[in-house]
Amino acid sequence: MTLQAVVNNVAPMPASKDVVVDIQKMSLTFQTADGPVYALSDVDLTINRGDFVSFIGPSGCGKTTLLRVIADLERATAGDILINGVSPRQAREDRAYGYVFQAPALLPWRSIERNVTLPLEIMEISKEERVKRAHDALKLVELNGFEKKFPWQLSGGMQQRASIARALSFDADLLLMDEPFGALDEIVRDHLNEQLLKLWARTNKTVAFVTHSIPEAVFLSSKIVVMSPRPGRIIDVIETDFAKDRTLDIRETPEFLEVAHRVREGLRAGHSYDD
Amino acid sequence: MTTDAATLPAARTGPGLWTRMMKGQTGPVCVMLIGLFVIWYIGAIFMNMPGQLDRYARAKQDWTVSQLVEATLNQDRPVLPAPHQVAAEMYKTIFATKITSKRSLVYHTWVTLSSTLLGFGIGTLLGILLAVGIVHVLTLEKSLMPWVISSQTIPILAIAPMIIVVLGAIGLKGLVPKAMISTYLCFFPVTIGMVKGLRSPDHIQLDLMRTYNASRWQTFFALRWPSSMPFLFASLKVAIAISLVGAIVGELPTGAQAGLGARLLAGSYYGQTVQIWAALLTAAFVAAMMVVVVGLFEKRVLERMGVRA
Repeated sequence: MTLQAVVNNVAPMPASKDVVVDIQKMSLTFQTADGPVYALSDVDLTINRGDFVSFIGPSGCGKTTLLRVIADLERATAGDILINGVSPRQAREDRAYGYVFQAPALLPWRSIERNVTLPLEIMEISKEERVKRAHDALKLVELNGFEKKFPWQLSGGMQQRASIARALSFDADLLLMDEPFGALDEIVRDHLNEQLLKLWARTNKTVAFVTHSIPEAVFLSSKIVVMSPRPGRIIDVIETDFAKDRTLDIRETPEFLEVAHRVREGLRAGHSYDD
Repeated sequence: MTTDAATLPAARTGPGLWTRMMKGQTGPVCVMLIGLFVIWYIGAIFMNMPGQLDRYARAKQDWTVSQLVEATLNQDRPVLPAPHQVAAEMYKTIFATKITSKRSLVYHTWVTLSSTLLGFGIGTLLGILLAVGIVHVLTLEKSLMPWVISSQTIPILAIAPMIIVVLGAIGLKGLVPKAMISTYLCFFPVTIGMVKGLRSPDHIQLDLMRTYNASRWQTFFALRWPSSMPFLFASLKVAIAISLVGAIVGELPTGAQAGLGARLLAGSYYGQTVQIWAALLTAAFVAAMMVVVVGLFEKRVLERMGVRA
């Protein structure tokens, strides 16, 4: 593919197999009735296999849009994007990622099990295999025993866990999560953060995670991408090296506070606190 | 209903019959019904009185008030028949006549019902197909939707005779032309409801299907179709009731030989008001029953879809 050749020429990557997401000089402009809106401008980003990358920034900074570009739910207007070495569209058609939305988006007429097997049905996987995989995925999010329940019988946190199980069910290596815990209370969110971290450590998936909570970003990530609005751009990328089996206790440590401070500084530098 | 008794074990008696009846639907419905009958009887007395007085005058006959009232409620061809006359007529023509006889209301009801159901079936299918086309093909939305709406601005009474005549000319008589008129009326609510229903999934749900690289048909069957069920049933309830209206209207212009419409027409030709009212009430009852059946079907389907009880 010529596109890949071009990208490799411009920026030679170490062993391209380990690069999951490679974005070069990407921009996205929405044409609206009030004129163009520069949602993303000149974004460069590399996500390696096994990374847990958080996107943090105020609303309007394009963090969700960036995730949607990776998922091929939006198309970039300029720049090069490769997911697993192919175009986002190809990656979507390969079912290369699982996507978790801000809301659980469970289908109310399907039981939890049948919600989790929905992607497998679309991928035309046999029924036996579907049930087995749903069982495994629900176990990963500690929802085993709730297979036959309907979404309305579950709490908000459990519904969001079910939607994570649905994204895990077809075992894509890349997990894209768009503020999945944004609508949940602090205590539930802490618990789910810990669970998500365990899941990440166990499955060794690559996770891209959008949030607007600094503690959440610092706690979860191996790499924090700080973004700023108007136009949406990346202003800092912070690598952390907390142990994979960390617990919520690390939030009291100086290292944690130091990283959180740097994130906050980055947000301030991007004039995120102006208005 | 028994919570009162349960929470107050010391109470000697539960709530009375009246309280219990008024808590549910039974009580209010009965009160309404009794009220209606009272108004109906009073109306019958006053509307039939002038005719009765004429008759007394011509016969130079003396009368008392009680004789007058009794007579107004038992005329052969009253302006407004009393409920018991209609009930007697309905009993006679529904239960006391062989159902194969042309005098049997069951026979006429079946004639109308069969074309109602045929028209309803075709109309529902057509309505759904149109909605599926409109939702999936932009050209169809722009070209078809205005026609769908303007089709309903033409008075059915004007177009029904033409349908009957045109279809009659190509040799279609009886059941099918009447069913066509039902179809013409009942596809409309189905189309409108289903367009709305098939578009009811959230953006987020549609995005979800996109992340799975689901085809249009997969999205249709897994997401759009189930989402549209509540809309479908709401439309079907309207559709089946007006489908019956369509069948009855379809029986009028031909001076049809059979059917509830024919009974209405014959009744008005010969001043048989009791017969008209009997056919009218039967039609209303049949329409209500069909709506109830659709409602039961809806309940079953939604229960199977796990909708909260």
